[in-house]
Amino acid sequence: MASSFARILSSKRKVGILSLVGAGSLTVGFFLNREQHVNAGAHVRRIYPASAEYPDLRKHNNCMASHLTPAVYAKLCDKTTPNGYTLDQAMQTGVDNPGHPFIKTVGMVAGDEESYEVFADIFNPVIKERHNGYDPCNMKHPTDLDSSKIRGGQFDDKYVLSSRVRTGRSIRGLSLPPACTRAERREVERVVIDALAGLKGDLAGKYYSLTLMTEQEQQQLIDDHFLFDKPVSPLLTCAGMARDWPDARGIWHNNEKTFLVWVNEEDHTRVISMEKGGNMKRVFERFCKGLQEVERLIQERGWEFMWNEHLGYILTCPSNLGTGLRAGVHVTLPRLSKDPRFPKILDNLRLQKRGTGGVDTAAVGNTFDISNLDRLGQSEVQLVQTVIDGVNYLIECEKKLERGQDIKIPAPISQFK
Amino acid sequence: MPFGNTHNNFKLNFKVEEEYPDLTKHNNHMAKVLTKEMYGKLRDKQTPTGFTLDDAIQTGVDNPGHPFIMTVGCVAGDEESYEVFKDLFDPVISDRHGGYKATDKHKTDLNFENLKGGDDLDPNYVLSSRVRTGRSIKGYALPPHNSRGERRAVEKLSVEALNSLDGEFKGKYYPLKSMTDAEQEQLIADHFLFDKPVSPLLLGAGMARDWPDARGIWHNENKTFLVWVNEEDHLRVISMQKGGNMKEVFKRFCVGLKRIEDIFKKHNHDYMWNDHLGFILTCPSNLGTGLRGGVHVKLPKLSTHAKFEEILTRLRLQKRGTGGVDTASVGGVFDISNADRIGSSEVEQVQCVVDGVKLMVEMEKKLEKGESIDSMIPAQK
Repeated sequence: MASSFARILSSKRKVGILSLVGAGSLTVGFFLNREQHVNAGAHVRRIYPASAEYPDLRKHNNCMASHLTPAVYAKLCDKTTPNGYTLDQAMQTGVDNPGHPFIKTVGMVAGDEESYEVFADIFNPVIKERHNGYDPCNMKHPTDLDSSKIRGGQFDDKYVLSSRVRTGRSIRGLSLPPACTRAERREVERVVIDALAGLKGDLAGKYYSLTLMTEQEQQQLIDDHFLFDKPVSPLLTCAGMARDWPDARGIWHNNEKTFLVWVNEEDHTRVISMEKGGNMKRVFERFCKGLQEVERLIQERGWEFMWNEHLGYILTCPSNLGTGLRAGVHVTLPRLSKDPRFPKILDNLRLQKRGTGGVDTAAVGNTFDISNLDRLGQSEVQLVQTVIDGVNYLIECEKKLERGQDIKIPAPISQFK
Repeated sequence: MPFGNTHNNFKLNFKVEEEYPDLTKHNNHMAKVLTKEMYGKLRDKQTPTGFTLDDAIQTGVDNPGHPFIMTVGCVAGDEESYEVFKDLFDPVISDRHGGYKATDKHKTDLNFENLKGGDDLDPNYVLSSRVRTGRSIKGYALPPHNSRGERRAVEKLSVEALNSLDGEFKGKYYPLKSMTDAEQEQLIADHFLFDKPVSPLLLGAGMARDWPDARGIWHNENKTFLVWVNEEDHLRVISMQKGGNMKEVFKRFCVGLKRIEDIFKKHNHDYMWNDHLGFILTCPSNLGTGLRGGVHVKLPKLSTHAKFEEILTRLRLQKRGTGGVDTASVGGVFDISNADRIGSSEVEQVQCVVDGVKLMVEMEKKLEKGESIDSMIPAQK
């Protein structure tokens, strides 16, 4: 039974060997340990040498291609994680999507928690490049979901149209979306919605399964801008994340429509707290409270989130390691956005801009999605504070420009606190 | 997945009912046939290259199909797939190929001299003629499952064989990943260039992995004989020319295929073939001859006739738009080709096209004169 063996895995924090006899005479052994190195699973059968299998990456521009030398490939290509996930699977998305001269994508994904360990020789340099120098070998990632530490965080509604914080969480013991079997994905769904059903008060809500939702429910979710669709980005589809769609996928939200959980999209769960207007402090409070409640509820049932002290919360894409947190606002900055110093100001504040449709969209009018650049190496509280302080600065600049005053590019803030 | 079966072994820890896909909203041949019991029976099996049932059916799980169009919903990862997963493929093949039984034998006939007529289709109506098929090289995994190393080996063998052709078959290979802009434009202008698949049917089966590595196009100097390497199959072989001389197109097709086969044999490589399934290709729909022989023909009046579909069915033909499968017709010009692939030979299938198109052109001419075609409507072949 998937749930019982996963619970045994999750409750063992030291070396644990679990043998299962499956159909026929198959025996599978698992090693799961946080402190020591994870042992790789069985070696794969190969007909061609690594040199014949090494991909042609000469026209590629993604983090995987930058760091996957023939030597690294040869060293890792025969290894598997305990669940049987391989390097070729992890990097397929980066082979199939060479990238863009201006946008550097990550180019690889994890199929399970152990991927980051078994394939550390490639994941570590990729993580370091993507997270601006964070070195998983010798740095530790701080986790802090104590929203009482936030200072300020109530923006002028004249400028800030909405506030939002999102992250992801993975259920330890179950494979991630690129690799999960249908049974595992269904188990993720069961575990998560079981826990969410225990939320009360302003967090009480309802689950809408993608396979079972009525047309009316679907229309309402679209109107609320909650509904997520089958991924079309080749970055995701080539990584196998859309397999078996829409089986075991769904959306949960609270009755007040301020706390939302996506199940089995790009990660096991994506957790979103949002509101119209500029009360980022309240959004983050609800975010932390909701996450902590959900964690408590899954722990009651013998489950836990994937997390370790070097990589923080483990998610499918290396870009989302650490906090997995993107805190942002939709903010109108008609004058500032036209100022040539705008990009530099954002850079120094460690913020990024996107269009209001999310990643890879263009801004509409003068309204931008402004959020934190960093994910790993700083805590949730630190990153949200960065966004709050940064957005305040941007609004001040906008007001200055309104009054005909000049603005200043702020000094760059430090990255790892 | 190309390397080993480690992940499939892990799946077996879960019960059949937990892994069995939800096919309640599906409409493809695989979904109609794959019961939970069959899934349970086959899921722990693998072919010698490690291809599994879940690998075979993923495209059908991810593409539920359409209420009106019945897709196949499963693919082979190697020659042995059709044997190891017989319980699935036999009924799928039977449904797709008009009742072809597991005990039936398939006849191969690539003797172009056996084709009668075909050199006199009216070029005022028949704009172009074309015959295509596919071939797989024995001993190598197929596009859904092959590794980069295997795919490159197929390319190398194929290009060596093609480069040793001479006479009317002398030609050149253009690898997709290194062709120049000028070469690319010329190939597009000639309607030869194939692009990275976009159809979710192919993507869901893993056939576009590592694109464009080890993919390419070879064609002869006359631009009448063309080979695609590592697209949906190891090789797709195409003979084509403007006008209605299907006889010549088919002769070149047969001669060219034989020449290539002879060269492969000299190097101890065979095509995948057996006397039950004929030529083994990735999609079960292409088993048998793998042959699609067709014309682009102007039938503006006949195509709007109430009995057009019926006529096609009786002639054992199918229509497509001039962009190929899943496209619409433009300006009354249709792509008309044989509907069958298995259970009849290459000669028989091309004969259907030749005879059927000749009849339809005569019908078109009658309709142009305002006459009825009721007496010409054929019996079911």
